[in-house]
Amino acid sequence: MTIQFNDETFHGDFTFKNSDWAIKRFPFPFHEDSYMYSVNMEPHTSYRPGSVFERTFDVDEHYVSEMKDRARVLANDPLRCQSLPHMTLAGWDLVELIMEAKAREYPDLFELHKDGNRWRWINKPLGIDDTFTFLDESTLPYGPMEYITRQTQGDFAVLDQRDDNLWMDAGMVTTQADWSLDFDIGMNFFEWHAPVPKAHEMGIFVRALKFLLNIQQGQPARRLNWTMTVNPLLDTSPENYHKWGVMKQGLTMENIGDKQHLRVELQTFFRLPRSNALVFPIRCYLISFNDLVTVPKWARRLHRVIRDLPEELATYKGFIDNRPLMVEWLSQFDDGSPTSDGIWPDDD
Amino acid sequence: MSKTQFPPSITSRPVYGELEARSGSGHLMIADAEGAEAILDLAKSVDQGFWAKAHIIYIPKKTGTKYSSQLEELGAGQYYAGPSYEAAQGRIRRALLDCHMGTQVYLSGTESLMGQAMAEATAAGIPHTAIQAEHRGSTARRMQCVHCKGITEDVTTDPFECSHCGLSLFVRDHYSRRLAAFQGVRVDAEDPGNIPEKVELFK
Repeated sequence: MTIQFNDETFHGDFTFKNSDWAIKRFPFPFHEDSYMYSVNMEPHTSYRPGSVFERTFDVDEHYVSEMKDRARVLANDPLRCQSLPHMTLAGWDLVELIMEAKAREYPDLFELHKDGNRWRWINKPLGIDDTFTFLDESTLPYGPMEYITRQTQGDFAVLDQRDDNLWMDAGMVTTQADWSLDFDIGMNFFEWHAPVPKAHEMGIFVRALKFLLNIQQGQPARRLNWTMTVNPLLDTSPENYHKWGVMKQGLTMENIGDKQHLRVELQTFFRLPRSNALVFPIRCYLISFNDLVTVPKWARRLHRVIRDLPEELATYKGFIDNRPLMVEWLSQFDDGSPTSDGIWPDDD
Repeated sequence: MSKTQFPPSITSRPVYGELEARSGSGHLMIADAEGAEAILDLAKSVDQGFWAKAHIIYIPKKTGTKYSSQLEELGAGQYYAGPSYEAAQGRIRRALLDCHMGTQVYLSGTESLMGQAMAEATAAGIPHTAIQAEHRGSTARRMQCVHCKGITEDVTTDPFECSHCGLSLFVRDHYSRRLAAFQGVRVDAEDPGNIPEKVELFK
């Protein structure tokens, strides 16, 4: 299908909107009526045509506007994109991974033509037609990681692997759930997860790291994570928390359906061939409560998950103060009937 | 002052040990305030030959002359006392540059000093196995404001005011070795003006 790209904003007047198509394919993250941390990894293989799991790097109707929002955030704060000197090769690996996948999976939108190391990259939605020499930084307008991630939805953490650990040594981070690349760059896996409650004691990070260290080339993995965001704000960074934090105030029974968004991260993990680094794209999908409850199963389940979530998690995810209102509003859509297993809407 | 026992809550915070003399081609010792005690304790177990190859860089801070004469009397090949870390920084960088293979680095005192010197030593290519650190004295924190990126030294309360942008920040238990600082985040972001009373958490 040809994607109709929205012209929309993720700040200021917040004109972001999901079409019926985008609602139907939304990656609802709860496969049962309750939630607790787990190492919920699965192979990142093509699954369920039309879903966000079909392609290596999902492109949807928000693509062009998300890339404009990224450029805006970077202009305001260039430190959202950083790469330690030893990570340049991993950046080239990422250029290759994304260009090859997009050109293969979206031939009507992207083209890659190779003549030895001379590559021509055509990105039709963004109006880019560049010819450059692979592995020669001087032939691109930005460093390789920055160049390609200015053209790809989702944040990117590029992790160096050494000493049986992963090190956050490069990244492009403009759509994050309240963490700072500038603060975390150079940290290992346990260090950058330090502020997460409970999961350390549960052994989650030890198991997750073990899994990630063993990811092989050509065998990517994925998982979903989630939080809540008031207004469709992609940039919920700690840097700007003093500007967006106040938006959590003023929710009412009348406006919560429009303003409150479920924020889902599709996290994928790929081994990179030359650098042996691991790239960790974190793709953010937003859906308003109003849109979400158009799927009856999701409405019932979200009500139950939010109602029963342990207090520490609601606090860490930043919605403890608004939880009672969320539960009250969502309860209107929960008649108590059972929900089917799995994340997908019922077909009826 | 006794050695500090930190609560085990912060995964990103370094774990500090106890300085012990090791054999090495040189001994670079960087300390502030009560950190002098760790060096003086170590001195009890080494012979005089140890000091000929030692270089002590000491920042007394509020302790004034309490320890400086004792440190000087150890007879290190080089001894320097300076008024602040910033003032000593050029000398520290030069001393790290001059290190030969096998030099041992000893850091003691506040987290701020150890963190900054550790980052310098690592950047200079000193292997982490050749660096020891022992916490002594104040548990005040060096904080980075996540909003303006300015560093505020010697923070003892939560919340505190950023010395650069003036926002009231709470102290997040998250530590960056690269910045040698904890993270400060605006405390009243969701409810501007609602600033909790300051509590003295660190001394």
